[in-house]
Amino acid sequence: MRLYFKYVAIIIKSQMQYKASFFMTVAGQFLVSFSAFFGVYFMFDRFNEVEGFSFAEVLICFSTVLLAFSLSECFFRGFDTFPKLIRSGSLDRLLLRPRSVILQVLTSTIEFSRVGRFLQAVIMLCIAIPTCGVTWTFAKVMTLLLMVIGGMAVYCALFILYAGISFFTIEGLEFMNVFTDGTREFGKYPLSIYGKGVLSFFTYVIPIALFQYYPFLYLIGRTDNAWYAFLPLIGIVFILPCYAFFAFGLSRYKSTGS
Amino acid sequence: MIELKNINKTFRVAKRNAGFREAVRALFRKEYSYVKALDDVSFKIGDGEMVGYIGPNGAGKSSTIKIMSGIMSPDGGECVINGRVPWKQRKEHVREIGVVFGQRSQLWWDVPVIDSFELLKNVYKVPDAQYKKNYGELVELLDIGEIVRTPVRQLSLGQRMRCEIAASLLHSPKILFLDEPTIGLDAVSKIAVREFIKTINRENKTTVILTTHDMQDIEALTERIILIGKGRILLDGSLDELKSRNSGKKTLTISYVGEKIPSSDKLTVVKDMGGHAEIVIDSSEISVSDAIAAVSGAVEIKDISVEGTTVDELVVSLYKEFRI
Repeated sequence: MRLYFKYVAIIIKSQMQYKASFFMTVAGQFLVSFSAFFGVYFMFDRFNEVEGFSFAEVLICFSTVLLAFSLSECFFRGFDTFPKLIRSGSLDRLLLRPRSVILQVLTSTIEFSRVGRFLQAVIMLCIAIPTCGVTWTFAKVMTLLLMVIGGMAVYCALFILYAGISFFTIEGLEFMNVFTDGTREFGKYPLSIYGKGVLSFFTYVIPIALFQYYPFLYLIGRTDNAWYAFLPLIGIVFILPCYAFFAFGLSRYKSTGS
Repeated sequence: MIELKNINKTFRVAKRNAGFREAVRALFRKEYSYVKALDDVSFKIGDGEMVGYIGPNGAGKSSTIKIMSGIMSPDGGECVINGRVPWKQRKEHVREIGVVFGQRSQLWWDVPVIDSFELLKNVYKVPDAQYKKNYGELVELLDIGEIVRTPVRQLSLGQRMRCEIAASLLHSPKILFLDEPTIGLDAVSKIAVREFIKTINRENKTTVILTTHDMQDIEALTERIILIGKGRILLDGSLDELKSRNSGKKTLTISYVGEKIPSSDKLTVVKDMGGHAEIVIDSSEISVSDAIAAVSGAVEIKDISVEGTTVDELVVSLYKEFRI
């Protein structure tokens, strides 16, 4: 863990070498997310509610997804540049160091410039929390916390999966973005509005709904089933198969030597 | 102690013909061919040895280095280094080796070199005292005291290479792999790097394995060379041994006026462009002065130079001999 912070320190030092770039990315990120917020806002301006969800409720949903995503992105997006690590041969260099590959990949890039998106999520959450009509009991606060943690874990798992796939093919990784950046975008709304098919896909295959939809229902009082609040924990378990896949890819990398 | 026994490695390479149609076809049905990168490679390298590992491009040098450094696993055969199998006990193994890739950096690009060093200290868990000692020595020997506070991206290639080498030695590895360490360097930096490699080999008894295309490197540094071609070890011996294989050969380069120089059984004219000729003799059959006398009898010599075979030529003749 100490080493992690040493790595973080060197990345901060690197990024501070390019001040203008850093601040501009932050501002850019902030504005982009803000436009998404306006998208939701104007929609509700016309329709007042979507499938029975009020604006403030959707805002809660949106901001937790965004918060989870931006945190995950901040710390785990090293995997995002993983195909580049493979192609440039930098992975060999990581393998030459007596530390875990995962740790080194995580710390190959850390996107602090993504704080813009994070700030955005926090602001929206601050607006949504008092206005959504939820009485904030301890259980509800915990649910919200679990949603964010579970979301972080699921996105982290997806990034690992992405890296794992890049051991096998460099081309065509774009489709993975549907699950990462894509779910961030359409995760603005509770997943049920997209229909049953989509909802069950994101429940059983890619467990986005486990942190975005079910605990959300409990949070806003649509259901009294308190078990829904714990579903994000299953999302965390999703990391295991993804990691196993990554490890398999790594062992194959060693044997193909590409 | 490095020991490789019957190491084999085959790569699968995707193949297609040129053209857009072929590219589309390859999208659905890829054709592969199999390339034997390493074919029954065996050798032993003792502690403190300095070995030049040479061969043409694509001969299998990098693959061998990758296997020895634990990045790649072979299809078959054994490799034991200091009692460990590199790709199975990666973390323990890499703690004891240093690797410098001439073409790839291990320093963090945007920060001063010293920051990279300190991070590596943590990565390798080098104790403070040892780090201080190593750092002091390396900075002095490689003369990098002035540049360690400069961001890597602003260094010249020669400066960067010296820093790279220092970075790979901070944890006092027992074995140092150098993959083309002098590539692209100017004469001064090359000599500095060579001197340094010699010093650490002598002083710290670090085993050095060096791949290079620069024959001056080989000549200046190594006593033993291993020649690899098409994945097979072709030759493993001392440089002197190799030299003595065709040490008797001398090349006379002559500028002259007159008729063409006649070839005889002792004088082989390899090139004659009328006024300029190259003659190869075997000094065990005819002495250089006799050869010159013979030539000057036939033509009027304006200029002459005599050269023994260089290591470069040796290697080329070896490549020819083994048809690689």
